[in-house]
Amino acid sequence: MQVLHGVDVEVAPGEITLLVGPSGCGKTTLISIVAGLLEPTSGDVRIFDRRLGDLRGDALVAFRARMIGFVFQQYNLLPALTAAENACLPLLVQGRRRSDAIREARELLAAVGLGGKADARPAQLSGGQQQRVAIARALVHRPRLLVCDEPTAALDADSGRTVMELLRRVSLDADRAVIVVTHDSRVYGYGDRIIEMGDGRVTGVSAAADFRESHS
Amino acid sequence: MGWVALKMLTGDRAKYLGLVFGVAFASMLMSHQVSIFCGLMLRTASQILDVRDAGIWICDPELQTVDEIKPLAATDLYRVRSVPGVRWAARLSKALGRIRTADGRYRTAIVMGLDDDSFAGAPQQMLLGSWHDLRRPDGVILDDAGFSYLFPGEPVALGKTLEMNDRRVVVVGICRVAAPFQTFPVMYCRYSQALQYVPNERNTLGFIVADAVPGADPREVCRRISERTRLAAYDARSFAWLTIGYTMRSTGIPVNFGITVALGFIVGTAIAGQTFYLFTLENLKQFGALKAMGVTNKRILVMILLQAGVVGGLGYALGMGAASVFFEVTKDIYHLRGFFLPWQVAIGTAGSVVVIMFLASVVSIRRVWTLEPAIVFK
Repeated sequence: MQVLHGVDVEVAPGEITLLVGPSGCGKTTLISIVAGLLEPTSGDVRIFDRRLGDLRGDALVAFRARMIGFVFQQYNLLPALTAAENACLPLLVQGRRRSDAIREARELLAAVGLGGKADARPAQLSGGQQQRVAIARALVHRPRLLVCDEPTAALDADSGRTVMELLRRVSLDADRAVIVVTHDSRVYGYGDRIIEMGDGRVTGVSAAADFRESHS
Repeated sequence: MGWVALKMLTGDRAKYLGLVFGVAFASMLMSHQVSIFCGLMLRTASQILDVRDAGIWICDPELQTVDEIKPLAATDLYRVRSVPGVRWAARLSKALGRIRTADGRYRTAIVMGLDDDSFAGAPQQMLLGSWHDLRRPDGVILDDAGFSYLFPGEPVALGKTLEMNDRRVVVVGICRVAAPFQTFPVMYCRYSQALQYVPNERNTLGFIVADAVPGADPREVCRRISERTRLAAYDARSFAWLTIGYTMRSTGIPVNFGITVALGFIVGTAIAGQTFYLFTLENLKQFGALKAMGVTNKRILVMILLQAGVVGGLGYALGMGAASVFFEVTKDIYHLRGFFLPWQVAIGTAGSVVVIMFLASVVSIRRVWTLEPAIVFK
């Protein structure tokens, strides 16, 4: 079954691109392909001039580990690890020493306002705090592409706002692109550009201000 | 990432302990039952193993076990002595007789009749007295377990008077011997005395025990004895195996112990496999996240094998520890002595645990190996 049809989008660094659309429209498939988790049956994905199609096996995995950070809807933190241990995982994947990795993760946790919770386990944290740990985990290895899947869907309004403000802050890095898949209309205000999808097609690309105006 | 694997494993205490104790249970059951089986088989050959001064046993060619005796002719002793390579040969009888105490308590006993001149086959470990005292009139040596059966609660002592086949016997020595298959007292006396203590057939010579001249190959001497006398001759080890083989073939012991060991293996595999798979399923999204973050399948394979190795190692150690404690605690209990944990059983159990953990982890590995990292977005 063909899920995506003629999708051609560009995501610029230094801004937040929101990917919106109804359930089943192909958003998840698109970001899975963009992140190198799924291989497209046809077409091409370029991340900072590197064609993902040229990468295979361990080379693709290594590229993903170095270049991409992930924020998931359900956080996907390892329950047995502390916040700092969770946040340092991408550094461990890259072969960094554990003590160095945890030190860097602690610094990042402090930057996202969780300095006092570095030794807490996920079960001891609220949903918003867990998502902030997940964001710290996604950023700790300084990826150039941050892929966020419904980062506020499981959060209350306050926590969602905190998380989006945090993402807004990290996207200010001119060398980093941020893609956020979302259903949550409260999030639209944090995007720079919005890509609308429907039935596996891109139905519109607009600046966030124009989008908000047309949907108000 | 090994550290992460171990944290994941030990994070869920209930499942972790369930896994470890599942493997521990299987290890203990398998090692314990196989050790008991080995101990029982050794018990069937205990009288052979107790005779340490004679390397060769001669008996009727049709004999299948040390307990099934067809007496030899008295002249067979001289025929054996005439075989080249035989350093010495002596009579040895083994029979069952009834011992009675002065207060009417009685037990069936294994009566070992030793050659009157050489005392070949005399007990090696004397606790009280000396086997030289067998020369005293009516003197017998009793094993310490037998003494406790006949005089429960009393400390071992010499001079006790017993009755056998209406004849008076006096305990002149207490020895320690390998535990027999049945919990019978073991009594040593002179061959000539033994003939009076147990009912006799026309021929009375149960066995001839012999030794080869120094430098001669006992198996070659056995072959010569068989060739020249048409009697069966075995080195002690082969004779013990003959007896053990007979017990294994003619009793249900191997089958029943085998079933228990198989159950231990199956239950251990089922517990470990199911718990390990559930553990993996519950962590599937986390494994997916790790894959998305750049952990390769090979590293995840190593992580799962490390988890399996730790569970297997700990479970094995606990299981073997429990089995060892059992054998240590029971080694001085008369009816439980003679059982121990052979190193071969320890190695075999380790091999079984490796197989259990491999089977338990292979399903999990397959599940994670084929896991699409895109699952994290679902």
